[in-house]
Amino acid sequence: MAAVSGLMRRPLEQVTVREAINQGMDEELERDEKVFLLGEEVAQYDGAYKVSRGLWKKYGDKRIIDTPISEMGFAGIAVGAAMAGLRPICEFMTFNFSMQAIDQVINSAAKTYYMSGGLQPVPIVFRGPNGASAGVAAQHSQCFAAWYGHCPGLKVVSPWNSEDAKGLIKSAIRDNNPVVVLENELMYGVPFEFPSEAQSKDFLIPIGKAKIERQGTHITVVAHSRPVGHCLEAATVLSKEGIECEVINMRTIRPMDIETIEASVMKTNHLITVEGGWPQFGVGAEICARIMEGISENLVLEYSSCNKQCIPGHCIESKS
Amino acid sequence: MRKMLAAVSRVLSGVSQKPASRVLVASRNFANDATFEIKKCDLHRLEEGPPVTTVLTREDGLRYYRMMQTVRRMELKADQLYKQKIIRGFCHLCDGQEACCVGLEAGINPTDHLITAYRAHGFTFTRGLSVREILAELTGRRGGCAKGKGGSMHMYAKNFYGGNGIVGAQVPLGAGIALACKYNGKDEVCLTLYGDGAANQGQIFEAYNMAALWKLPCIFICENNRYGMGTSVERAAASTDYYKRGDFIPGLRVDGMDILCVREATRFAAAYCRSGKGPILMELQTYRYHGHSMSDPGVSYRTREEIQEVRSKSDPIMLLKDRMVNSNLASVEELKGRKLLTPVAGERREEGGLKQREPSTVLNASQALVSRAQDRPDAPR
Repeated sequence: MAAVSGLMRRPLEQVTVREAINQGMDEELERDEKVFLLGEEVAQYDGAYKVSRGLWKKYGDKRIIDTPISEMGFAGIAVGAAMAGLRPICEFMTFNFSMQAIDQVINSAAKTYYMSGGLQPVPIVFRGPNGASAGVAAQHSQCFAAWYGHCPGLKVVSPWNSEDAKGLIKSAIRDNNPVVVLENELMYGVPFEFPSEAQSKDFLIPIGKAKIERQGTHITVVAHSRPVGHCLEAATVLSKEGIECEVINMRTIRPMDIETIEASVMKTNHLITVEGGWPQFGVGAEICARIMEGISENLVLEYSSCNKQCIPGHCIESKS
Repeated sequence: MRKMLAAVSRVLSGVSQKPASRVLVASRNFANDATFEIKKCDLHRLEEGPPVTTVLTREDGLRYYRMMQTVRRMELKADQLYKQKIIRGFCHLCDGQEACCVGLEAGINPTDHLITAYRAHGFTFTRGLSVREILAELTGRRGGCAKGKGGSMHMYAKNFYGGNGIVGAQVPLGAGIALACKYNGKDEVCLTLYGDGAANQGQIFEAYNMAALWKLPCIFICENNRYGMGTSVERAAASTDYYKRGDFIPGLRVDGMDILCVREATRFAAAYCRSGKGPILMELQTYRYHGHSMSDPGVSYRTREEIQEVRSKSDPIMLLKDRMVNSNLASVEELKGRKLLTPVAGERREEGGLKQREPSTVLNASQALVSRAQDRPDAPR
């Protein structure tokens, strides 16, 4: 068992996001018999993006299941299995394909605990790469953070680095609610230093808590997923010009940690949100609305948006 | 013999103050059981089907009769309450289809699993919830089984997964429950129901494929009541042989108005699944007297004559009653008597909300229809 994880680790404790997710799933599969993984190519192919490499060899057909190309069908099967007491991880090859199955995610998974008056929990994880990749065109590039973040009954997380990826996937699997884990394909191969606590089999990152990646005093910059890295690069550049950015990694889309963002904005008086999704009705729009609602008494607020056009395949920024 | 019984009853009724008919009933000898012929099922990819005769005990017969009558009266009461605007929102009634819910339950164990769509009140009862909990849920009370949050289409019980509002979505869910049954290795099966309208949903064929591929212990059941909302089966399906639509999945077509036929077919199908052969498909040919929902009078797409003909020739409760009376398993008086549906005296009031907010009409309705726990079909067969 340790052999597989050992092979995945590089020297100097650098772990890629892919390896981190793999470790997280491996540990949870080992810990709880009821956890299993299903999706297209997750077993014998080792995962379309190799995220589930080695798991089928270790756990076999019962726990790692290759499905036909039937998103609506296998997502429904996963939700049914969760209702009957198992703890499935349902992989969408990309979240674009989850649109085929979105009824099962929202109507069968997210709403059931409420509609049953608390009788029927649905402990399921939906995971897969989200958002833009490299040149895959509009149909394969949509960010679903705003769509899933809109729905009560769902938890939605969006890891950036390896520590996020491992801690959040483990928390998601242990959570008794349906959790959507929005990974990023371009981050899979990126190595990060793994802190020692992340090596533990009980390393969890709480869902609903943002992290301040970089302290600053002049402006608050909020992002999730891959754009967090861009913001940190931008912060380094701006620092040379004397502007110190406070960069917040949201980690969770829903329930959003607005308190951390509010506290930061109270300090800096400036906020910029950065995301890969479209601006209208987006994550940034929600953050700005909540900031306006929450602390508008104390600040004189100006809001403006420096969006590019709403085009299916572009990365958009907004400013407030 | 009859003269003697009449004399005895005169004497006894004088002594006991009870009505003569009750005394007569008490002293009459009924048969313990009887054998009946049932219709042969049409088969698809099966060499053999369910048996064409079955034995019905008096005890089972009375229990099935009681349960079907309870479902019938509960649905009719729901109709009344809806027209009084005490039930609002969606309300899809299953009167006419009682042999399906009671017959299916008679063919499985309480440890098996069942999931269906929105015409779910009958199944909610047969899977173990009380009439009181169901009516309270329909009227949005806190004492309802889902605390009033779910309503007509979202009632849950142990091993009963609703009650689902999205047409067809419950079928992959049911296949998933069957996957869990196989995963846990406990020899349980999942009954996954859908209607003739839902039978054309693509996700059902996805579920068929995976259930067959992975040999899931899933009994797919099409409750064909001839109309998907206002669309007859001929106008919706290129093939109305719903029991064959599973293609590589074996199937059988069952008379869904005959509770004994449904019971035998279910026993057969459950045994098939439990043996590890994979999924099987049952089509139950049945009929609903009401329209699709309470907003549908149900006569714009079918004739009143058709409805009346089914009522007079194929009513499931009438069919069972006739069988039982003709084979001396029970008497007409006994089956008509109040005894079968006695209210539970001094019933505990469950929640403050129910007591405070429940108007008296609903209270009386639920009292009149409550059945005791021993009416559950898991009593020994």
